[in-house]
This record gives sequence, structure tokens and C-alpha cells, in this order.
Amino acid sequence: MFHYVFKRIALMAPTLAVISFIIFVIIQLPPGDYLETYIAELESQGESVDREKIDFLRRQYGLDQPLPLQYANWIGGFFHGDWGYSFEHDLPVREVIGDRVFLTIIVSVITILFTWAVAFPIGIYSATHQYSWGDYGLTFLGFLGLATPNFLLALIMLYLANIWFGTSIGGLMDPQYLDQPWSWGKFVSVLEHLWIPVVVIGTSGTAGMIRRLRANLLDELEKQYVLTGKAKGLPPFRLLSKYPLRVALNFFIADIGSLLPSVISGAEIVAIVLSLPTTGPMLLSALQSQDMYLAGTFLLFLAALTVAGMLLSDLLLAWLDPRIRLQGEAAQ
Amino acid sequence: MSAARKNDGEHFVAAGDFDPHSAAALTPEQEKYFFASRRQLMWWKLKRHKVAVVCGAILAALYASTLVSEFISPYNLHTRDTRHLYAPPQTLHLFHRGDWVGPFVYGYDHHLNMDNLKREYTPNPDKVQKLRFFCSGDSYRFWGKIEMDFHFVCPAEDGTLFLFGTDRLGRDMFSRVVYGARISLLIGLVGIAASLFLGLLLGGLAGYYGGWVDSGVQRLIEILRSFPELPLWMALSAVLPVTWSPVLVFFGITLILALLDWTGLARAVRSKLLALREEDYCAAARLMGARPGRIIRRHLLPGFTSHIIASATLSIPAMILGETALSFLGLGLRPPITSWGVLLNEAQNMNVVALYPWLILPVAPVVVVILAFNFFGDGLRDAADPYR
Repeated sequence: MFHYVFKRIALMAPTLAVISFIIFVIIQLPPGDYLETYIAELESQGESVDREKIDFLRRQYGLDQPLPLQYANWIGGFFHGDWGYSFEHDLPVREVIGDRVFLTIIVSVITILFTWAVAFPIGIYSATHQYSWGDYGLTFLGFLGLATPNFLLALIMLYLANIWFGTSIGGLMDPQYLDQPWSWGKFVSVLEHLWIPVVVIGTSGTAGMIRRLRANLLDELEKQYVLTGKAKGLPPFRLLSKYPLRVALNFFIADIGSLLPSVISGAEIVAIVLSLPTTGPMLLSALQSQDMYLAGTFLLFLAALTVAGMLLSDLLLAWLDPRIRLQGEAAQ
Repeated sequence: MSAARKNDGEHFVAAGDFDPHSAAALTPEQEKYFFASRRQLMWWKLKRHKVAVVCGAILAALYASTLVSEFISPYNLHTRDTRHLYAPPQTLHLFHRGDWVGPFVYGYDHHLNMDNLKREYTPNPDKVQKLRFFCSGDSYRFWGKIEMDFHFVCPAEDGTLFLFGTDRLGRDMFSRVVYGARISLLIGLVGIAASLFLGLLLGGLAGYYGGWVDSGVQRLIEILRSFPELPLWMALSAVLPVTWSPVLVFFGITLILALLDWTGLARAVRSKLLALREEDYCAAARLMGARPGRIIRRHLLPGFTSHIIASATLSIPAMILGETALSFLGLGLRPPITSWGVLLNEAQNMNVVALYPWLILPVAPVVVVILAFNFFGDGLRDAADPYR
């Protein structure tokens, strides 16, 4: 088990390194850098440019150095808490981001829990009642969730809430808690606002999950041990819950890996529509204004979150499923 | 075997000729089934999947409509009616005060509400505007070449026909949705073509050569798959220079969508190739001295084309949704190119949606197309394996 964990973590490091390099190249791709745009903008408005500050910033962040060196500086900074400088906000990236990263994690984790909670009973029902009207209806609902773009569902819900309750449901907490330290009141307020983004983001993932759980469970139900159990007179529920369901549970953990990227993607765009104080809206504006360190930090963080989630799911799976654990050791 | 039987204990011998093949003879139906080509079998299997057939027909109709968008839409893409800005959708009626009139709409009276400066439109029951069919309306250049003014349906003379309402410039949303189908549906096909190319190339190399090529491609796929798609798409499309022409942007966006999408196809190709290359006929070809390219194209590809087509169909929706999302955020296509996502970009603002809810109508065709592709792809995937 220890070997497996070690191997898995060792594999993660190069993945993250490659990802960070790809991100760095992407945010460097547009011609020019933020400072040039900034100077041009100021000059076009007839304002004087503080040359000293520009030069200082350029030296500080090594924008005049070759690309590999810039990359090394950028990555090196992460190891001692320097995430770079946001030119747009004129603040270190660390301060700009604040607790947005934390809120993104909260939204993602709760969305996954919600997806499980919905997909699990529906998947079981669909598999045990294959080709019934319920199965077809639920499958169709799932597909509808899959086909409706997240951001539109968010818009529609905003619209409906506006009509029915006359309130705006955007945001992730009541305005008075914004930029306040965490307290019980803030926590409750976040929970009250959280359900809308969670439902909106969760719909698309839920549909896929139901499909896969149904397929997996159907495969399992066709196996001979189920037939044996049935022949020996096990009651249906016990037969289902004792073995096939436990096998299908493994798959739930394994599926985090494919669920997480889509949840995070969904969370970004829904956050933009609902103007949640998570990473989405700020990432969009950072990309548009070419504020490279801010955008890069967000992208790197989102990718790292996915990779970490996949690692977590693999480790959980190894712990749960002796086949994987033992196979990992046999390969030594 | 109907020869008369003699009762004196002699041996029985049938009088007629005996056909030794009679035992294994097939009924005509069986013969048809056993000798059917693979394609024929797949077609039969697909036909049994009713939902898939219906969805396939819907898709075919939609794609066919993009060939004649100019003819179907009552207005042109950029026709503006400045007297009807933000007009709500007009409903079709058949009966006017109990009398049969045929399809018609009631014309709008409009006035400016001076309290909130909102234009208010009320249908006027005296203005019966009967639709004209196969009529001449806005003139357009058919396929950019032939000058024509022939439409399937037009508003009455001096009347209006806004089935989906109008936008902030007074352009008919329905016509724009019909035109938008061109780009939105095309981007799915072009994108999947690019993605197929990458997937076939890299998956084929990985599956055929194995070894370090395989593990290299596998690592690359793993890394790409661990990226959350949308943020990466956003970053890449933000990179596209502002100076690019709309057509270049279109191809840029398509390429960006394909860059992240090929991984699934490559995996499918690889695993199929790995299984097929162990088959005897493949070994025979190799021993006869066929080169890898020929073996892949001539002997392996036909074995899994159907699977690849099915998985490609299933990944078109992701492309269409991706384009819609990017254009919605303002990072994707730009006017004058009109896709459903570009139309939805107008609905980005919450206040707009609250006042003019019909602006989110372009979501309906998106949902229909995505659903249809999913069901059709499901049916195709089942049919791709006709021997099961």
C-alpha cells in the first residue's frame, strides 16, 4: 500500500510540472505583455506614465528575461508564497484572490456530494427497473440536464427567482458578509446561497453519473453469483445491497476523476453568470485584460485541484479495492 | 419421403432424389440475415432503435435546413425593423373571432412607457396580418452568389412576423436562430473532423507501435484530461488576436475545441487497434510484407470505423456546447458571424433577461440538437456492434 501511494504521488509531480509549463506558455502567447498594454492605454488618454514604476515592475517580475527563466521565477515563487503580481489590481495575486480559492473548493466538493446523492438512488432504480417507464423517464431527465448548458440553467433560475421571489439570488453570501472574516453567520449565509449554484452545476454531472452507474450495475447484475444468490432465495434488496451495490460503490469513487474537471468547468461559467465570489469571474476578467500572473495562478490552481482530486480518488480506491492495491504491489 | 411402404418386411427406400444439403437449408429470411453485409446489419439494428431514428431524422432535417437558411427565414440575418426594438414574440393564430383565416398574427401597437422608458407592445386585434407563403420578401444572395428574394414564409405586406421576438436592434430572432444554426452545427462537424484527425493519428500511432510511443501518448492524454476544459478553452481563446477576421476566429475556436477533445477518440482508436492487431488476418498481412500504413488503413481501419463514427457522434455535443459557452462569455465567435452562442451573448446581462425573456430562446435549439446527438449517438454505438 505504501509503495502504491508513493508511486502515485511521484507520478503526480511531473504531471503538475508539465501542466504548469503549458499554462505558462498559454498565458505568455499573446503578443506584448500587460505593462505594454497599460502604457499604451495611459498614453492614449494623454496621461503621463510613471516610467520608474513600470521599470521597477518589469525588473521585479523579470518580464525582460527569456521565457524559461521567467517560468522558473514564477514557479519558484510558489514555493515561498509569492504568487506573482496582479497588474490589473495593483496588488500581489495572493491578496487579490483572498478566499476565492477556498470558496471554489467548497462549491466543487458540495456539488460532487450533491451529484452522488442524486445519482445514486436514480442509478439504482434505473438499473433494477431496466426498460420500465421510470427508467426511460429518468434517463430522459438526465439527458435534459446534460443538454441544457449550465450557464443557461443559471440564467433561467435567476429569472424565475426574480419573478417568483422578487429577489436576486446571485452571489454566495449576503452582502454584509463580503470581505468579512469567517463567522457562524457568514457560514450560514453561504449555505443559504449555495444550493442554486450546486444544483445548476450538478445537473450535467448527475446525468453522466446516472448513465454510468446504471451500466455498471447492469453488468454486475448479469453475473452468475447474482443468479446463484437468487436461486438460493435471497430477498431482492439484500441480494442487491450485499454484493452488486458494493462493487458499484467503488466506481463512485473512481468517477471523481472524470467528474471533477467537468464540475470545475461548470463552476467557472456558472460563477460568472451568478457573479459568485469564486475564481470564475476574476479568471474571465484577468484573461481579458491579459493580467498574466493572476490568470496563471487561477489556471494552475484549478488544474492542481483536479489532479489532487484524481490522486485522492485513486488512493481511496486502492484503500477500498484490494484488487487495485494488490495489483500495485505485484507490479513491484 | 412419401414413397409407399410395403408391408412384407422389405427395406424402405425413398423414391425421389435426395438433396444432401436439405438438412442445412436456410429459409429465405435466414439467408437474408446470414449473408447480409456488415453495413446492412448495422442499418437493421439502428432501425430497431426508434428514438435514435427519430433523432437522426431531426438532425438530418436541421443540417438540411442550413443549406437553405435564406429561404426558410422570413427576414435576413441583418434586417432591422427600427420601429420594433425588443418586440416580444408574436403568437400564431388560425381563427379570428371564430372565423377561419389561416395562419396569421395580430399586429403590434407600441408606445413608450414614460415611467420606465420601456417600449410596450400590445397586439391589436384589428390588425389581422395573414402570413404569405412562398413569397418574395427581403432579397438575399443565395449561397453568396445568386440574387434572390424568395422565402418560404413572409409577413403580410407592411406587417411583421416575429415568432421569437426581436433583439435590441430590432432584428428578428427567429431568422437569426435559423441562420445561427449554420455556424453552430458546422462548428460541431468541423471540430469533430479536426479532433478525429488528431485522435486517429495519435491513437493509431500509439495503438500500432505500442512501446514508448504508446506510453508517451498515454501520458499526454492523461495530462490533457486532468485540465478542467472550460478554463483552458477560455485561456486559449483569449489568446486569439483581436485583429483576426471573423472567419479566422471561427477556425481558431474550432481548433481550440478540437485540441482538448481528441483524447477520448484517441483512446478508443488505441484500444481497438491493440485488440485488432493481434488478429490472424493482420499477422498474415504483416508476414506478406504489407507496410504499417497499409495494414492500418486497409486491414485495421475498416474493423473499427463504425465504433469511431459512433464515438465521434457522441462527442459533437461537447463541441457545440463549448462554442456556445465561449461565445456566450464573449470569448468565442464575434459578430457579424452569428451562432447560437453569439445570440445568447445578448442575454448575458440579468436585467436584459428579466425585461426581455425571449432573448434566451436560442437555448431551445441548442438543447434539441444536443439531445438528438446524444440519442442518435447511443443508437449508433449499439448498432456499431451488429454481431452482439
